[in-house]
Amino acid sequence: MPDATGLELIAQELREAEGEGAVIETTFFRARGSVEIDPARVRSVLARLRERGYSFLASVHGVDYYPHEPRLGVHYELLDMARVDRITVKLRVRSERPEVDSVTEEGPDGPGWPTADHQEREVYDMFGVVFRGHRDLRRILMPEDYEGHPQRRDFPVGGEPVAFTFNERETLGPM
Amino acid sequence: MEVRRERLRGQPAHVDADALRVRSLNAHQLLRGADLEGANRPAHLHGTELDESELERYVHERVLTTTLESTVAWARSNSFFPLAFGLACCAMEQFHTAGSRMDIARFGFEAFRASPRQADLIILAGRVSIKMAPIIRRLYDQMLEPKWAISMGACCSSMGVFNNYALVPADKFLPIDVHVPGCPPRPESLMHGILKLRKMVQDDPDLGWRDRYQARGTEEVIGEGDTPDVVDARGAAAAAVNAGVDARPAQDTPGA
Repeated sequence: MPDATGLELIAQELREAEGEGAVIETTFFRARGSVEIDPARVRSVLARLRERGYSFLASVHGVDYYPHEPRLGVHYELLDMARVDRITVKLRVRSERPEVDSVTEEGPDGPGWPTADHQEREVYDMFGVVFRGHRDLRRILMPEDYEGHPQRRDFPVGGEPVAFTFNERETLGPM
Repeated sequence: MEVRRERLRGQPAHVDADALRVRSLNAHQLLRGADLEGANRPAHLHGTELDESELERYVHERVLTTTLESTVAWARSNSFFPLAFGLACCAMEQFHTAGSRMDIARFGFEAFRASPRQADLIILAGRVSIKMAPIIRRLYDQMLEPKWAISMGACCSSMGVFNNYALVPADKFLPIDVHVPGCPPRPESLMHGILKLRKMVQDDPDLGWRDRYQARGTEEVIGEGDTPDVVDARGAAAAAVNAGVDARPAQDTPGA
């Protein structure tokens, strides 16, 4: 893990390279460092971190900060396998237009991360974040014709009353 | 009923066909309650006279009468062919049921089939998601009648701890015969459930899911249009008999 000082050095380096607004906040909590970045610069920030040695994208996952805005978040867990060092990159987008650049494909602003392919599909499926430039952005867990994004916090949990013997007729209707 | 095994005294090593024929005719007459007179009586009845009640008792003690339905139910219920099919953690317990410690082969249910065409029992071992339910329904529809379904564990019976948007209870899309509770049920529980199903099939073969779900008349019937290339041997024989021709193969006669 980078310690708190190392995390600030990384953040400073990103600010110098990408502009002052690239890093919004740094957090160091329980020996885990994370930087929150400007969503528009996700591809170039991840490319710079890869140059620093964080060459493996271990996980992409979504967060819902309901009821706060910007509401939807995407976390990228990066791993430096040579130094066994991790860093979390976070970004947040507003719920009315939740769009982020996909990091799956290689592009002019950085190399691609093939592991992000299915995980971006899962974030899209569960939270409704649209990844621009993803070549096959469709649902991965829920059925194709499913409506809504079930991991959002304002989505109803669902479920239904269980039919036991004593309430079978009320639950299932007359047989 | 007394079961005796003993060598027949005075039985020649070679029995010709005529003697066998006489013995079988005797057995038929005996079962019909006909008078046992003459030299054709069985050896162990020599020197005794059976009147009506004794003869009746004699037949009762040696003949088991039953109906064809219950015999078929008995045979079916002692050899379910479960579908080799697991959904989640319950499947581990299901495998264990077939393993050496529990050994469901003791009851005759060990032939787990990989094809629904060869199976007549589906065990839903685990949680069923709304994406999986149509596939399971399709597997069930591919199984041949008669068929049974067991819902194993809390998840597919009542959705258990996963009572949320993603799952569907098995009763919504399958006619379940036995629910096995537990999370997951131990192999003993699953075995108890299968034995309950066996009891159900043996005791009340009519009370299947078609009765419970009022689905009489929805059986799939294969019509002639479905099998145009199959030669109907029985139909051809019946037609030949109706036309006055003996369709049976000609018997070999000694003189021929």
